[in-house]
This record gives sequence, structure tokens and C-alpha cells, in this order.
Amino acid sequence: MRYLPLTPEDRAEMLGVIGVKSIDDLFVDVPASARRDKPVDLPHHVGELEVEREMAALAKRNRAAGEGPFFCGAGAYRHHVPATVDHIIQRSEFLTSYTPYQPEIAQGTLQVLFEFQTQVAALTGMEVANASLYDGSTGAAEAVMMAQRVTRRNKAVMSGGVHPHYVGAIETLAHAAGVQTTRMPAAIDAEDAVIAAIDQDTACVVVQTPNVFGTVTDVTKIAEAAHAAGALLIVVTTEAVSYGLLKSPGEMGADIAVAEGQSIGNGLNFGGPYVGLFACKEKFVRQMPGRLCGETVDADGKRGFVLTLSTREQHIRRDKATSNICTNSGLCALAFSIHMSLLGETGLRKLAALNHQKAVALRDALAAVPGYEILTPRFFNEFAVRVPGKAAELVETLASHGVLAGVPFSRLDAGAGMDDVLLVAATETTMDIDITFLTKLLTKVVGQ
Amino acid sequence: MSMNNVGRPTRPEAANDAPAGHETLTGARGLLQDEALIFELDGWNKTGVDLPEAAAPSSDLAGLLRTDPIGLPGLSEPEAVRHYVRLSQKNHAIDLALYPLGSCTMKHNPRLNEKMARLPGFSDIHPLQPTSTVQGALQLMDRLAHWLKTLTGMPAVALSPKAGAHGELCGLLAIRAAHEAAGNGHRKTVLAPTSAHGTNPATAAFVGYTVVEIAQTEDGRVDLKDLESKLGDHVAAIMVTNPNTCGLFERDVVEIARLTHAAGAYFYCDGANFNAIVGRVRPGDLGVDAMHINLHKTFSTPHGGGGPGAGPVVLSEALAPFAPTPWLTHGEDGFDLVEHAGEEGAKTAFGRMSAFHGQMGMYVRAYAYMLSHGADGLKQAAEDAVLNANYVKARLKDVMSPAFPEGPCMHEALFDDSWLEGTGVTTLDFAKAMIDEGFHPMTMYFPLVVHGAMLIEPTETESRQELDRFIAALRALAGAAKAGDTERFKGAPFHAPLRRLDETQAARKPRLKWKPVAAAPLAAE
Repeated sequence: MRYLPLTPEDRAEMLGVIGVKSIDDLFVDVPASARRDKPVDLPHHVGELEVEREMAALAKRNRAAGEGPFFCGAGAYRHHVPATVDHIIQRSEFLTSYTPYQPEIAQGTLQVLFEFQTQVAALTGMEVANASLYDGSTGAAEAVMMAQRVTRRNKAVMSGGVHPHYVGAIETLAHAAGVQTTRMPAAIDAEDAVIAAIDQDTACVVVQTPNVFGTVTDVTKIAEAAHAAGALLIVVTTEAVSYGLLKSPGEMGADIAVAEGQSIGNGLNFGGPYVGLFACKEKFVRQMPGRLCGETVDADGKRGFVLTLSTREQHIRRDKATSNICTNSGLCALAFSIHMSLLGETGLRKLAALNHQKAVALRDALAAVPGYEILTPRFFNEFAVRVPGKAAELVETLASHGVLAGVPFSRLDAGAGMDDVLLVAATETTMDIDITFLTKLLTKVVGQ
Repeated sequence: MSMNNVGRPTRPEAANDAPAGHETLTGARGLLQDEALIFELDGWNKTGVDLPEAAAPSSDLAGLLRTDPIGLPGLSEPEAVRHYVRLSQKNHAIDLALYPLGSCTMKHNPRLNEKMARLPGFSDIHPLQPTSTVQGALQLMDRLAHWLKTLTGMPAVALSPKAGAHGELCGLLAIRAAHEAAGNGHRKTVLAPTSAHGTNPATAAFVGYTVVEIAQTEDGRVDLKDLESKLGDHVAAIMVTNPNTCGLFERDVVEIARLTHAAGAYFYCDGANFNAIVGRVRPGDLGVDAMHINLHKTFSTPHGGGGPGAGPVVLSEALAPFAPTPWLTHGEDGFDLVEHAGEEGAKTAFGRMSAFHGQMGMYVRAYAYMLSHGADGLKQAAEDAVLNANYVKARLKDVMSPAFPEGPCMHEALFDDSWLEGTGVTTLDFAKAMIDEGFHPMTMYFPLVVHGAMLIEPTETESRQELDRFIAALRALAGAAKAGDTERFKGAPFHAPLRRLDETQAARKPRLKWKPVAAAPLAAE
């Protein structure tokens, strides 16, 4: 087996050194009832070539986004990632290292995390950011838990614009931790509706901008209402590129900003692994979940970086920890940070403007198709469209014509009575020809 | 910009490893360069990405646009590549040398898996494309599930958890849902041994359970009498790691399961150490109800400097109905996903762990790893992992003190610090001296049940030659410690990119991001 360096001779000699006769002597503690006399019923090992054949056959049965016009978003976005990013993250020292438990020989990883935290804090307009969480949705759930710890209250209010999967992840944790959740009805443009639901027992308000329908909202008023009641405002973003164009959560008074960072540096990968961005006001830092990297000095007074404030974490505090999270999303955070370093502020602003421009072109084209109504009033690179009939069926029909036209809202929330709502996104990868192809096809489909 | 002494050692003999008078003029040490932060490279108006000019934003966004500078530097491609390559060279990695972090299973990461994960048919597909257009992805998930179920002897698996701790959460939520469905919502206690990973009690507390510790016997295993005395109808579950964190197989595991079930509780197994038994022992045969599997450990998806991982959870018949969405189904039209709890096909699911369907990129790597090994290779890997650990233990037991000298260990060998008594050298000092000898230290001070613990997990992908090199280094260091060569340990590391870091100061005055205002230079205290 190509990954196993020991030879039969090695094994025999090593058993001798240990002082046992056979490998079975090392498994003596396994109860007799669980010892197996035959191997499990799975195939025998194979070479690289055979693995590649099987994997290629599976991969071929999927339609890659790059194969044709593509307009899916709803929390995962297709952007162009510079070649440098994938090259660097595959370097041995980044790919095959682990959590920087020994900082003297992990300064590469640690400095990257410190740079990442600085970038995320700047993007979100917040004071501090952690070294990443699994993804945006689990970050949102952790934020609600954090608000419970900070305010010692047990109620969370979510707007009707929060991505339903994020709502699901929040509800799962909240239910377990005894936090009551209220979710406002799904609505294209009603983040403000949460204000009416805030009371003196509210721990936090969760809003999203751009929201799941693409609507961009200035949440400053919501922040004021939350703060007046002693609650925290959590601002969720699923498209990190939007930070290059829109007011940041920090500017609008957020206490915690959570985002999915997949758009920057990371591919679609069928939904994971992604990278959760998590930032907050400095005064809450000791209630933060996840890892934090901090600056210090070594014995010679040279600057260096370490994981810090770990008394919040499970390996020190055990059942009193701020979260059970043990890891972060290191390699995805690295990819994010490299892409962001390449873009810089100049590049990010341009990229964001370009995304918006493409989406405006898509909106204008769709608005001209009879029977299609644009529902989102203000958007970044994604919006909702009312389609004739069921959006899910339309998407299937268009897929059979080689176009992935978007995400039917019913797929995210079947009970919202929005079967005719389609979410469409455009990014810098969207070409005019894609838009033309889509609208021509729609005209044809509607005409049938 | 103030550089905080970057590149300027404060002690002439420090960091320069050179005879007096041979310090470099810049403070650099040949190929070992100090690397400034990206914020110190003066790239405020640069970009390394060429993009077409964009139109001004539409008037719809009036009043919603960002007006403040963001504060993000940019780098041209050559600058970026150099920055990250230089940084990379400050990292130890599996590809450089043994990385014996106990409990973490730092085995070789096959590059074929990376290649497969990058096939556009896997990497460039959207989680919410019509399922008719991703049949291959769903089939891969189904096959991965089949391998996991077969290897564990369990009937069901929830793939979506994103890491081991996330898997623990998933398992306990399923247990909680099962109890609530049976009218046993009053069961709110979880029992876990003192030797457990910190994630176990943290997870239990996170789902609203109270954690009670189970005592350990002299030989490093669960104390059955203590377990029995603490079981009762207030107990929801026990959480036991097997093989446990002392690197030992829980001999009485079948009895542990029987007692637990008799008390009406569920047996959650922390599968962090599944690598030791994969292909040889099926947790399902031991009476386990739920167990997470760290794909990044047992199935070698890369650790990536701390994630991403993946933590699928295998479940017993009793717990399977409560598994989180999405559920993978198979019908006449091929594979499909049930994505909402309460929907037909997932009526009793407890909810959703996260957005979308889990860590697909990790599934691809793990599946490629499984195919490569086959049932025979996985069994051989487990055996070699156990053989390597026992070999290390056998070759070190006369100079260091194994915590549990009697009988074999599994995939990791645990030592305490009693052999260092009187030398003035601590476990931490010893670990730092290992860095100078070219090895990543073992896991230190864990598990908590052993004083000054040193947990060595060589994994199956180390050759005998590399093990011998490692053993020789440790024996030499042990000799030096006992011979009173304390300076070698107290000041270590001397030959790393940095000397020992001041973690106390980092925590006392947290500096968690770069700030443009030149701060006063830090002083080592």
C-alpha cells in the first residue's frame, strides 16, 4: 500500500523489539465479541489510476458552474479566484501543518491569522475579529449564543430577510441552549419589521444585509432600537464582496458582524468547506467563540504571534467554555486572506462595483421579459424575481437547456408561499452573452 | 512604521547562532528572513488583480455606500507570492518531519486527494443547483456514507457536521431529541471521564446538559463501579473516547454500553481515535449509539493549519430518525436531498447543523483516501499505527516514564513527567528542546489525568527509519536533562524562527490586529 512505509521485515522486527509475537497481541484489550475474523465487506486497495477513473466518472455526472450560463447565489457565489491562491494553500507548510500549538514553529500560520483578523475587522468595520469559524451559518448561531452570554437574556429576534439555512442553524443551537427565537415572516424588504418585536428580554436582533432576497438595508435604526432595549445587533452578510461597496456593519452600529467568506478565495465546493467571518466590539472579546491570534514578543524581544485568550476555549475551560469549537477554518481563511491581499482596497472596491454592474445589467434584461417582475428594490449582486408559475419547475426546465438560472426560494423555505420567487445572482464571472442567452430562453419558455 | 524590533535581536548571541563578531548586519539569518505584515509593505494603493473598469453604482444604493476608507493593503502577484512563501517557511509541517501530536493524527496527506477535490465536477458546483445536475456529488456522498457505515457497523450516518466538535454537538442533539420524543426530557446529565477531550464537556454544556465526571482506574480506564454509581434516570448520555485519550482501549467497553443502556441512557463515543481500530474493530459491535468521525484524522483530509475538518456522525437505529437535515434519499429519479426538518422523509429530524450539505471538499478527499486504501489497507494502517506507537513506547520506556507501562497501548503512547523529577526541566521545556532537534513536540499536558502529560502519536505513515531518528533524539534529550544540562531546555528553542514566546503578555494586553498608529515597542518582561 503506497502510503504505508513499513515493510513486512520492519513489522516483524518491531514486534520483536516490543516483545510480542503478532500484531494481534497489541489488540488484546478488544473484547472477544468485537474481534473480527474477516475483513469488512469493502473493496481491496487500488492504485492512483483506478481512483482517478472512479472519481472522474462521479465528477462527470455533475454539471459544473463554469460549463454555461450560471446565476445561482443564495449564500454561495461563483467568483474568480487568482491562480496564486490555490498554489499557496497547497504548499506543504500550510496544507500539512496543524493548529499552531507550538508558536515558535508556526509563525507562518499565526502571522496569516493575525493579518486575516485585521482584514476582517477592517471589512466589517468592527474592532476585533477571530481567526474564523466553520462558515457563516454556524457563525450566526454562535453569535446568538454569545449575545445570550453578554446580555444574560434568552430571546432572539430574526428578521424575515435572514437566509433560511442560517435561521435553521440558529434555531438548532438556540433550542438546545434555551434561547427562544422569533422569526419575522419572510419578506423581500422588511428588515425594519424586527423593531416591533424587540422588548426588554431580547438578547439580540439578527438582521441580514444584503438579505436573502438581495435587499440592501441601512440597519442603523435597528441598531438604535436594539441598544435602547439593551439588546445586541447581529448583522449577517452572505456575500463578503459586498463589503467593498456597501456601508459596513460597524458603521451602522452592529455589535457582532458575521459573514460567509467563501466569495473571497474559496470555490463553491457544493457548499463546503467555507469560512466564517466573525467580528465584534472589543468589549465583548472575552465572550467570543473560536480562536484568536494575538501579537507578543519572544525571549529576544522580537515580534511574534500566538493563539491567545484561550481561557475562553474548551480545552482550558471545558464545560464553562464560550463554545465547544476546537478548530477554525484555517486553510480557507488563508485562501481568503491571500485573495484579499492581492485585491487590496483598490481591487476589492472595483470588484464590488463590477459585481453590482453585472447584476444591474441582469436586472434590466429580466425586467424586459414579459411576465417577469423584479421584486428587490435595492441590491448588490443578487435579487429576487417573480416568475410565471413555479420557480423550481422553471429552473429544472432551464437546466435541461444548459442554464443554471438561480435558486428557487421554495428550496430554502417551502412554507413561505413564495413558490414563484427566484433568486438570481451575477458576479464578475457573468458575461453579457450569458445574460442574453438566459433572457432569450425565458422568452421562449414563456411563449410555450 | 515602527517595526517593533523586527530583525533586530536584542541580545547579540540570540537568534544569530554565530560566533561573536559574525552577526549579520541586517539581523537576517541567511534564508531565514523576518517578514513584515502586509500592512507594513506600503501597498495602500496597489492591487494584484486586473479587473475591467466598472460603472458607478446605481442610484438605488444612494445613502447605502461605504464612505470610509476600508484600510486594506494590496500586493502585486510577485510580492504576494514572496510574502506567503516566506511565511510558509516558518512553519513545521508533516511534509518536513514527524509531527507526533497525540490525538491529532498527523498522518501523511496524499496529494492525489487534493487533485481529485479540484476536479471542476466537484469544486465548481453550487450547493443549490437542481439535484438532477449534481447526481455524481450525491452519489459520492452516498458511497462515503456506505464506507463509514460499513467500517463502523452502524446503520446510519449524518454527514453534515463540519468538525469533530460539531459532530459531538450533532450526536448530543440527536440524543436529546430521542429523549424528548420518548418523554424523557428530564434526563439532563452527561457523564464523561476526566481524561476526555475538552470538547466533550463543552458540547454537553452547550446543549444544556450538566456534566459529571467519571473516575478512572489505576490502569487508565473508565471505573465501572464509579460509572454504575453515577448512572440513573437523570442521565441522558455518557461520552467516552475509545481508544481513550490515554491511548488505551477501553477493555470494558461492552459492559460500559450495557450498563448505560440498562439505565436508559445513550452511549456517545468520541471517535477522535478511530484511526487505531479502523478496519479491525467496529464501534457498532461495542454498543455505541453515536460516534463522530474526524475525516481529517482517520481519513487524512489535510489539517490546513487548523481546519477545515469534517465530523460525520454514525448513529444507531434508535437515534437515526433524529439525524439533522439534509437527508440523502434514493428514488426512481436517482438521488435527492430532503432539506427541511419536518418534511416528508425527514419528519423527525432535529433540525439543521449549518447551511447547505456539509464539507463536500473533505468528502471527496476522504473518499479518494478510502478507495486508495481499500478495506485491507485501512486495516493495515490501523495496525501500523498501533505498531509504531508501541515501538516508540518500547524504545523509550527505559529513559522516560510511560504513564501506563503495563500492556500495549493503541495508536499513541502516553508518558508522564515523573522521569524529569529533580532535573528542573518541565514537560514544556522538553517539548521546546525537541523543536531544536527538528521535531514537532508531542501533545503536552493532555490528558489532564496524567501529570505533565506527553502524548506521542507517530501514525502509520512514519517509516521505521524516521521513528528511529525520533527515538534517538528523544533518548539524547532525556540523557541531557538527567545530566543537568538545563540551559539546553530552559532557553529552548534556540534554532527556531523565533525563541520562546511570551504568551502571558499576549493574554494580558491583547493585540488582536495591526493598528496604523505606531505603538510603543513592546518590551519583553
